[in-house]
Amino acid sequence: MSMTTTVVAPVAPTDTARGAEVPPRRRVAAWVGLVPFGAYVVLFLAIPAVLAIASGFFDGDGAFTFANFSAYTNPTILQNFFASIWISALTAVLGAIGGALICFALLGTRPERMLRSTVDSASSVLAQFGGVMLAFAFIATIGAQGVLTKWLVSLGFTTNIFNNFNGGGPLLYQIPGLVIPYLYFQIPLMVLSFMPAMEGLKSTWAEANATLGGTRLTYWTRIGVPILAPAFFGSLILLFANAFSSYATAAALISQGGIIPLAIRQQLTSETIVGVANVAGVLALGMVVVMIVLMTAYSALQRRASRWRR
Amino acid sequence: MSAPVEAPRLAATRPGPAQKTPRYAAAPSRLTRGIILGVTAVVFLVPILAMIEFSLRQGQTGAYGLEHYVSIFTAGQAGTYDVLFQGILNSIGICVVTVLIVLVLLLPTMILVELKYPRLRGVLEFVCIIPITIPSIVLVVGFIPVYSVVARIFGSNPWTLAFAVGIIVLPYAYRPIASNLAAVEVVTLGEAARSLGASWGQVLWRVILPNLRPGILSACFITIAVVLGEYTIASFLSQNTFQTALVLVQHTDPYVAVIFAVFALVFAFVLLLIIGRLGSLGRNRRAA
Repeated sequence: MSMTTTVVAPVAPTDTARGAEVPPRRRVAAWVGLVPFGAYVVLFLAIPAVLAIASGFFDGDGAFTFANFSAYTNPTILQNFFASIWISALTAVLGAIGGALICFALLGTRPERMLRSTVDSASSVLAQFGGVMLAFAFIATIGAQGVLTKWLVSLGFTTNIFNNFNGGGPLLYQIPGLVIPYLYFQIPLMVLSFMPAMEGLKSTWAEANATLGGTRLTYWTRIGVPILAPAFFGSLILLFANAFSSYATAAALISQGGIIPLAIRQQLTSETIVGVANVAGVLALGMVVVMIVLMTAYSALQRRASRWRR
Repeated sequence: MSAPVEAPRLAATRPGPAQKTPRYAAAPSRLTRGIILGVTAVVFLVPILAMIEFSLRQGQTGAYGLEHYVSIFTAGQAGTYDVLFQGILNSIGICVVTVLIVLVLLLPTMILVELKYPRLRGVLEFVCIIPITIPSIVLVVGFIPVYSVVARIFGSNPWTLAFAVGIIVLPYAYRPIASNLAAVEVVTLGEAARSLGASWGQVLWRVILPNLRPGILSACFITIAVVLGEYTIASFLSQNTFQTALVLVQHTDPYVAVIFAVFALVFAFVLLLIIGRLGSLGRNRRAA
């Protein structure tokens, strides 16, 4: 008798007691669970980001100043910014068109099939992790001793676009030469970012178009393109931002400056272009401003694009 | 000749059950798809094949051979590539620590937010996406002073780089886990398990984590791929990793650098192919 009460009774009271009392304690415990990640993000994301931008506002002695911004009147820096922007714009436009064509070709294929898995993983490798390795691939392709360069030479073009561009040596080691390897990560990035929008095209729209007597041309001009436009321009901006912030490929190919990330490298390895302190911070701020503008436009376009993706 | 051209057009005007994709649909014809994908495949394969051709060259003679592959293993040359092998070892160490950061810091936080603080989900997502919008080269400017402190605490060990790389990895690791969390009814599962008498530990180990396995695996693989491909931060914090060693070796022996680059690209491709298969396996199971 007493046995059964001791077995049964304690269970219910402790359960109700736990339900009634513990929430405040557990809430404290749960909050504590958020602390490690929060501390990590503050230490290694927030602090470095703030330091990078703030460093531009201090002179060599640690006093607050706006003088460092005179770096933006330096013709070399301006030239670098201009080069960064035109390379990003050109590779973004070409990459977006190329990538969109590939997405179009992939329409109607099944995601779980080998073709799509192959395209997806190849795109991820090239878009996100290629960097230095892409640079090597192009040294072997269009470098001074590259396969295509040697092929052109063997055809009789002893000085061709690849080994002597604009009278300045191999194309690959000059800023305009970056366009080619950059396209090799821009097109895959376009495939990754634009494919979801392409897949969002509903077959019922094509059927409705057909029932109303529309051709495939009317389908694309009246339905497909207008619906895909925001996603397309959003991806275009993403591609621009990607090329603008990319460093590894350029660094592996070009040892001097020429675009903004390379100018930051020159500053950090204490090769001064401009006679003021902390130019790296000023340039970093310039990049962040460009990125903020781009990302604001991107998220606005994404919101518009997602209207059709319910 | 004319018959195979004519046949699809007939089917197009009268879409019958035999034809899979009727021609009024948005999808391109087989021919168009074949041409676009064929051209793409050729254009993207040329640099990879060029790398392989380059690695087989024997000096300037024009002859081909495996001598550069052999020289990686010959003892006499061993000293030359020490920096590369050390770099690979360092990268593997950084991989391990970065995966731990994802599993010990990011994953529990994501589960906790999902279960207890759904309102913070947006904040967490925002934090995890930020690293994509800040160029690595900008973060590097800030990492340099931070790492002068880190070096004082932990020494300038290569693995400390994982703290910085972990930040770069956040967007990539967050996405697969988040989409997995969204697909699994974690809250309902947790409540069900609790009402059946499971402790929170059991809920986590035996209910939530097994359900998140595909997302966690994808996050780990993608983390490995990002770490192996990371160059910017390592080069500025003067650590010897796989990528910085590749650039270094490239100056003295471009052939070996190219060989390792091909291996790395193929390795990353296979890793991500596995992720893709994992994802589609999950999709099939859910559909069934």
